[in-house]
Amino acid sequence: MTSVAPQKSKSGFDFSNYSRNHFLDGKGLGGFTATSTGTTIVGLIYKDGIVLGADTRATEGPIVADKNCEKIHYISDNIRCCGAGTAADTEFVTALISSNMQLHALHTGRKPRVVTAMTMLKQRLFQYQGHIGAALVLGGYDATGPQLFTVAPHGSTDKLPYVTMGSGSLAAMAVFESGWHKDMEQKEAVDLVVAAISSGIFNDLGSGSNVDVCIIKKDSTEMLRNYVMPNERAKKEQKYGFAKGTTRFTKEHIYSMIQKEDVFEVGSTAPTPAPLPAAAAGAGGEETMDTS
Amino acid sequence: MLGLQPGSSTVVPTSAPVGHRFEPYDSNGGSIAAVCGKDFCIIASDTRQSTGYSIQTRYKPKVFRLNDKATLATNGFAADAEAMVSRIRQRLEWYRHSHGRSMPLHAIARMISTILYGKRFFPYYVYNILGGLDEEGKGAVYSFDPVGSYEREFCRAAGAAQSLIQPFLDNQIMFKNQHSTPEHTVPKPGEMSLPDVLKIVMDSFTSATERHIEVGDGLEMFVVRTPPSAQGEAIGAASVDLKAMGGVEAVGGEDEQEEGAVMVIRRELKKD
Amino acid sequence: MSDITTLNGGSCIAFKGKNCVAIACDLRLGNQALTVACNRDKVFKITDKTYLGMTGLASDVDTLRSAFRYRLNMYRMKEEREIEPETFAHLVSSTLYEKRFGPYFIEPIIAGLNSNNEPFIAAADLIGCLNFAKDFVVTGTASDKLFGMAEGLWEPDLGPEELFESISQALLGALERDALSGWGAIVRVITPDKVIERTLQSRQD
Repeated sequence: MTSVAPQKSKSGFDFSNYSRNHFLDGKGLGGFTATSTGTTIVGLIYKDGIVLGADTRATEGPIVADKNCEKIHYISDNIRCCGAGTAADTEFVTALISSNMQLHALHTGRKPRVVTAMTMLKQRLFQYQGHIGAALVLGGYDATGPQLFTVAPHGSTDKLPYVTMGSGSLAAMAVFESGWHKDMEQKEAVDLVVAAISSGIFNDLGSGSNVDVCIIKKDSTEMLRNYVMPNERAKKEQKYGFAKGTTRFTKEHIYSMIQKEDVFEVGSTAPTPAPLPAAAAGAGGEETMDTS
Repeated sequence: MLGLQPGSSTVVPTSAPVGHRFEPYDSNGGSIAAVCGKDFCIIASDTRQSTGYSIQTRYKPKVFRLNDKATLATNGFAADAEAMVSRIRQRLEWYRHSHGRSMPLHAIARMISTILYGKRFFPYYVYNILGGLDEEGKGAVYSFDPVGSYEREFCRAAGAAQSLIQPFLDNQIMFKNQHSTPEHTVPKPGEMSLPDVLKIVMDSFTSATERHIEVGDGLEMFVVRTPPSAQGEAIGAASVDLKAMGGVEAVGGEDEQEEGAVMVIRRELKKD
Repeated sequence: MSDITTLNGGSCIAFKGKNCVAIACDLRLGNQALTVACNRDKVFKITDKTYLGMTGLASDVDTLRSAFRYRLNMYRMKEEREIEPETFAHLVSSTLYEKRFGPYFIEPIIAGLNSNNEPFIAAADLIGCLNFAKDFVVTGTASDKLFGMAEGLWEPDLGPEELFESISQALLGALERDALSGWGAIVRVITPDKVIERTLQSRQD
């Protein structure tokens, strides 16, 4: 049997299953679908800083896997990153860079800069030649002012005043192209981001549910989770409860977690204990996972 | 693209030829379902038409009234569905001209089957559900595969969200896996009232809308029943006031339609 | 259907209730269309009040089961306490993502009560992307059907017995329409003072 102990690995990845999976591939048994965030993510620069936006749908093929996931990831107090693409990749690559940014900030004793995060992200993504399927919108406010970037899965970056990414990027960019102008007011900027994300939510099947917004200014970051919820499920026509006993079962086993204990004075003897109910006897759980 | 090899005087192709192939089929999403009761039939569909990740239209009806006793739901490739429905309508009209009456439901079912099998090697990429009343006035559902295999059933879902809706209908319409208890008796399948079935159909489509990206925008539920006017006093499905539920007369079909025989109830579905 | 994640078949589902959670699975183990065994429980006890369900490639389920046992014991020795379900979900997630470029072909779901007896459920895809749902999570070859059933039957604030009925009906309904899952089912309802484990009566085809 292969060792179950964690293996040491320089990259953090473990390729030990790779050859096995490659072999299965050759037998026509390969291929898998990871959760992807079909996604509309956007960001723009306005008068006082950055506004980021994202929808909240995660899909597995045509099925909605998560109706309210978070796609605006924390990098540092003054930097956030929206992720599209393979959901696990966006989650872990941003978590990794967030950790490295904190170490970097501790090392330099300075507030972290957005370009630093951007460089770390693009170097990691380039190193993996697009196999880490993360398409990102990175935004923040640092010593050099408001900063906004996109990072593509292969590691190329863009620096623009307004950006969109994901399957809903065209729908969102159409809104930005007609509505964005220099030095927007905060309300105007947030409204435009909401309009852009909504455009993705309603016109792109890969995006849906709610609008998350994040406002990053010089001295404050405001995460507005579920800022707009235009897609709440309406009340069902009726309740679908079942009468007790509707489902038949052949066996029942109850694992009681209440420990009964009788305490007696020293010297006195315990009365003959009443036979334990069968349920309480199986508290250890013989057929379950033995973790002792 | 052609290029000259250095040191060679002959022209040799340097890139592989690009193949172009005609793709005659598309998949346009959406879902349909039909449930029959004792003296009625409900045929429902969402109204979204999509390709890939884009919505082509938010209102494209997929259920068609054929006559007072038959309604057809189509799903799959929209262009094929449209062509097929107009062919079926034409055949129904010819039937009326030669027989002086509407084609009965079981005959329409067999006709659809032969039309589909007639294109066995270049099929209409359409899943059909035919719903209506049989010659005894009982509710009937016929479901078809794209090449004409068909079956009469109590309830059936098809299309993108078939796998989401069908098990729910099995449980709520056919009462599968439910057992009676001393306090509560599980009803027999096929005896549910029209308003109760409507509720279940609406909930199965709102559920499918939640979890399937290709389902949404609008819901159309066609109700086929013996019209209230044809009976002395309205009983069963005929006594249900569909107009109060927003029902309107369904249009289209080869016959002079009777009022209240085929009505359609429309509801909004989520648009994301 | 010649996909490695559907080779052995099997499905799992978890519902959140009021002060309780339920987790259920089918019992089939197959080799494509051939059923090999009908006693394959896919839900494993992690702590008294946390359970893990795994569907997908059966050999990977076994490998990961021992991998998690190792990691759980290490956690217990270092921390001198039981792991919280949420912490365990993250442990599952990182274990899977470590193999991002040569994954285990399993999709896990986690259900449990934390130390404050608050219900917790989560699911992950095969490379560890977590999904913290507030209602229900599903996985396996019948996942589409389970989504349809659960979306229809789930309601908020169900008590242990109501939760049992709802999750059982959702699972049985889905199993009947999935050729690769079925042949019996086990439901576990976790409440603050007991775990109720019931083997359902179901079709054997």
